[in-house]
Amino acid sequence: MASKKFLYVNRKAPHGSIYAQESLEVVLIGAAFEQDVTLAFVDDGVYQLMQNQDTGGIGAKNFAPTFRALGDYDVSQIYVERESLEMRGLSKEDLMPLTYEDEDDDWAEKDSIHVVSSDELADIIEQQDVILNF
Amino acid sequence: MAIEIDGKSYDTDEEGYLTNLSDWNDQLANEMAKADGAVLDDNHWEVINFLRDYYEEYQIAPAVRVLTKAVGKKLGKDKGTSKYLYELFPYGPAKQACKYAGLPKPTGCV
Repeated sequence: MASKKFLYVNRKAPHGSIYAQESLEVVLIGAAFEQDVTLAFVDDGVYQLMQNQDTGGIGAKNFAPTFRALGDYDVSQIYVERESLEMRGLSKEDLMPLTYEDEDDDWAEKDSIHVVSSDELADIIEQQDVILNF
Repeated sequence: MAIEIDGKSYDTDEEGYLTNLSDWNDQLANEMAKADGAVLDDNHWEVINFLRDYYEEYQIAPAVRVLTKAVGKKLGKDKGTSKYLYELFPYGPAKQACKYAGLPKPTGCV
């Protein structure tokens, strides 16, 4: 099976709707079948990657730790739109660190998250075969 | 469905996965294995405990490819092979071991 380039665009806050959790589920399934997976976080979607999330007060499952498993699934291309972060007074330091081990570089641990401008993100979107919006 | 142990009943889904993660205990795992005609030894427990730790940390049951890689890293290269894991869990290492570990069916498992 030839692998296709899949981009998952995440636009919604982690809780209050099912989109974020469902997206992550689909991402893991796609990655388990060894597709080429890229993730983008824009608008309120950037909140999904916030550090130190605690869902105790709303009785919802805190699935934020699952993002840290993405490296194990060989998902290493995670793009966060700079404008969306800035508009919310956030920077990369507010996001949880996500890493992967680079097979081609003696399994060196590398950063998966890249903060990019909306123009750069447009180029990334341009390169995809399949784009799924959540 | 449910599993009965000493008069106490534990709910499972239609495929035998535990409904309530916090219900889990060693005896339950042994009981599930017995129903499949298996007896759990130290090697099984090593993988089951590994899965429970993985779930605790990441809130998911890993897909089999990820499990194999992670087991190799944690428990030694000789154990991180599909052959080793399938010998322990012939119904599919992720599927069967996750069931005994009281976890949901792995994401990406059909």
